[in-house]
Amino acid sequence: MAKFSITINGQNHEVDALEDMPLLWVLRDIVGLKGTKFGCGKALCGACTVHLDNEAIRSCSFPIASVGSSKITTIEGLSEHGDHPLQKAWEEHIVPQCGYCQTGQIMNAAALLKSNPKPSEEAIEQAMEGNLCRCGTYNRIKAAILSAASA
Amino acid sequence: MKNLSNHQDGADQVTSEVFRASRRDFLKMGGLISGSFMLGVSFWGCDKKGNKTVSFAPNVYLSIDNLGEVTLVAHRSEMGQGIRTSLPLIVADELGADWSKVKIVQAEGNEAKYGNQNTDGSFSVRMFYKPMREAGATAKLLLMQVAAKKWDVTVDKCDTANNHVILTGTDKKLEFGELVEEASALPVPTVSAVMLKERSGFNMIGKPTPIVDLKDITTGKAVFGADVVLDGMKIAVIKRSPVVGGAVKSVNDKKALAVPGVHKVITIKGAGIPATLSKPLAGVAVIADNTWAAIKARDLLEVEWELGPNADYDSEKQIQQLTKEVAKNGRVRRKRGNFAAAKAGAKKVIEHTYIAPHLAHATLEPPAALAQVKDGKCEVWACTQNPQGAIKAVADALGFAEDKVKMNVTLIGGGFGRKSKPDFVVEAAVLAKESGMPVKVQWTREDDIHHDYFHSLSVQRVVATIDKDNKLSGWNHHIAYPSISATEDPSVLQPADGELGLGATDFPYDVPAIQIETHDARAQIRVGWLRSVRNIPQVFAIGTMLDEIAEARGMDPVANALELLGADRNITFSQETGKEAYPNYGEDIAVYPWETARMKAVINRVAKEAGWGKKLPARSGFGFAAHKSFLTYVACIIQVSIDENNNVTIPEVHYAVDCGVAVNTDRVKSQFEGGAQFSTSLALKSAITVKNGQVEQNNFDGYQIIRMSESPQNIHVHIIDSDAKPTGVGEPPVPPFTPALCNAIYAAIGKRIYTLPIDLTK
Ligand code: FES
Ligand code: FES
Repeated sequence: MAKFSITINGQNHEVDALEDMPLLWVLRDIVGLKGTKFGCGKALCGACTVHLDNEAIRSCSFPIASVGSSKITTIEGLSEHGDHPLQKAWEEHIVPQCGYCQTGQIMNAAALLKSNPKPSEEAIEQAMEGNLCRCGTYNRIKAAILSAASA
Repeated sequence: MKNLSNHQDGADQVTSEVFRASRRDFLKMGGLISGSFMLGVSFWGCDKKGNKTVSFAPNVYLSIDNLGEVTLVAHRSEMGQGIRTSLPLIVADELGADWSKVKIVQAEGNEAKYGNQNTDGSFSVRMFYKPMREAGATAKLLLMQVAAKKWDVTVDKCDTANNHVILTGTDKKLEFGELVEEASALPVPTVSAVMLKERSGFNMIGKPTPIVDLKDITTGKAVFGADVVLDGMKIAVIKRSPVVGGAVKSVNDKKALAVPGVHKVITIKGAGIPATLSKPLAGVAVIADNTWAAIKARDLLEVEWELGPNADYDSEKQIQQLTKEVAKNGRVRRKRGNFAAAKAGAKKVIEHTYIAPHLAHATLEPPAALAQVKDGKCEVWACTQNPQGAIKAVADALGFAEDKVKMNVTLIGGGFGRKSKPDFVVEAAVLAKESGMPVKVQWTREDDIHHDYFHSLSVQRVVATIDKDNKLSGWNHHIAYPSISATEDPSVLQPADGELGLGATDFPYDVPAIQIETHDARAQIRVGWLRSVRNIPQVFAIGTMLDEIAEARGMDPVANALELLGADRNITFSQETGKEAYPNYGEDIAVYPWETARMKAVINRVAKEAGWGKKLPARSGFGFAAHKSFLTYVACIIQVSIDENNNVTIPEVHYAVDCGVAVNTDRVKSQFEGGAQFSTSLALKSAITVKNGQVEQNNFDGYQIIRMSESPQNIHVHIIDSDAKPTGVGEPPVPPFTPALCNAIYAAIGKRIYTLPIDLTK
């Protein structure tokens, strides 16, 4: 066990955890932020996507010891009132079905728009390839990203 | 609005606080005991400011307080189909509620109170459309009675809108909140005295309504199975028997217990054989402070297993064995005319064997449940499709009475039938009792893929005969798969009538000789049901064979299907199957007949919308299939294009659907969009294989589902405008998709598909 000081959604947290504990479980089990989901634990599904500074990472496969001084953003910290352009576009297109994959999808898409504010359909497909949706909302996700990007 | 003045006739005895409404009209649908009563209770309490609040609750599905807040109860489980929106909106529409202000609460499991809650079989809207309308209309009538008295008018001068009773033709109105206290004192009318809206009066039914959980989902506040927290809660991760029916022989937990944060290691005895549809597998649980510690420690457990008789199971070998089996004569399950004679006199005989693999549900949310056992009671929070079944299973496992088990239902991160089985819920309850701590069981993805209740593999052989007049003269369908029933009783080797009723024995085409035969197949895994169940393989075989028949007859596949459906008529399968109560998805076939005219209408519609017959570029093609399942009529046309490396892309999918009244058109569409994507995975990517009794895939690398770039690009859903009784849409998109895709591939590159998943390199 070791002590870590990490910044999540602009707030500092002191946590006591095993060095190899993936950030996902720190967020969910220790800090109590449940918006980040567990889907595979092996960086295969994207349900656990959060931002490390401006980059999307799979928190299930990212040990706490590697966070260092980088800033973590989770779905809870993406926008103050749930009104990030992607969140609004998600509502407009009524994207979710079960909803389980959606916070990971939104976080992944948000990182994409940071680096590429006007992505083509192909760029969207490429960036979103790591985020699975078993319910089948891919087409609405793509449409929502396109409309958020053109807003 | 006639007869309203007679509304009190036949009303049951009333007291000031407890209302009894006749329940007879609610009873037909849920297998509830006839003659029981539904209690509507009105609560008196105080709000925060100390104002007296009255809650008016003429039935269990809604209440209104004196501040005018309308609360609607969602009693079926939400797993992406939108049922927490669709059923409450029906109540709200009939009531005249202001949808933007209603509060939706999720019911706990309670069959006596809410009726059937087993959210499965595309049942919810079919079963509850009418009761929900009656619930809203009953409350509306009572509120109008109070207002009418205040205005000194007859009730038929009143109407409701936006949480108000209005005096029609004037601008007089009264808020619901002002009326509830007096409404609570009125006798609840019998359901038959209540007037339902005309279709033209609907404000929400038949239109698109956003789901009520939208904002919670996009902001990460939505609560799924693994998201509930209790004080002192521990996490359990379980190492389960790698073979179904195995038992724990010995455990060395020394290393596991040494992981910081680990509290206990507990052995779960498990069901053994039969595995059952409700009990856990044998396993060893690690109970820890957090999920990571539990996962790490679970990997360090040394467990010796008694693997049992299923350790020799090999799915590849079973496919080979069943392929030989279906070549023989089987047990006849439906018979019309004389197939042998049709074959003897045929000008052409087409015969093929169709193979489909085991499939896992792979819901993106792995199973998870939290339980607490205290003072002889157990409280559970779980992502269960079947809270009532879960209560029974938990009570049974703990030796508790059912009323000592409280089942709270969270959102479900994908169900598809997996979460109808409460094995994971029982695990949490057993561990909570044993450890004396609140325990959340978390399945990993590997657990989910190894220990699913699988959709089982199948082998089928179809023989079709064409006579000298170029007519389809005979249809002979041989079927073999391990039955779902075998999970409860391993001696079952043949498909159940209910399984055959999912696409096989309800073959609707007007062929003079029909013979459907089944063969023995042994179940050595846990067999369950997956979205549309046996329709998946059965319609794969039927829908692709029909395409070959059309080709052999020199006919267009759409024209072929329309002709084979024959005259407009209602079909019953009772006589030819020898089943007077033909399964028909749990409905009386006289009430929900198989109507060929409705099927023809969806076929014609989809052909028109898709531009069927238009010329497509090289290596592109259209494929067609149509199928009725879960009482909903669906026709599907898919356009594929295949590159030189045999990569398949699906630019267009068109569905036409007749599900009767479409309650929430957006969720009907989203179920079909999702169904197309779900089916693309089944058709192109997914397969579970088993060797030495153990599943060979572990995670999404081995068991694959489609990613965004592989999704059908444009999915068009054409809903037939209908007044017919509503039927479900969760499963019906799936069955026709795979055959339509296979037929499109044939049109594009001339290759027929007989084995799933589709592999164009073979
Ligand atoms: S849980 Fe991290 S990628 Fe699946
Ligand atoms: S919405 Fe259910 S997994 Fe994506």
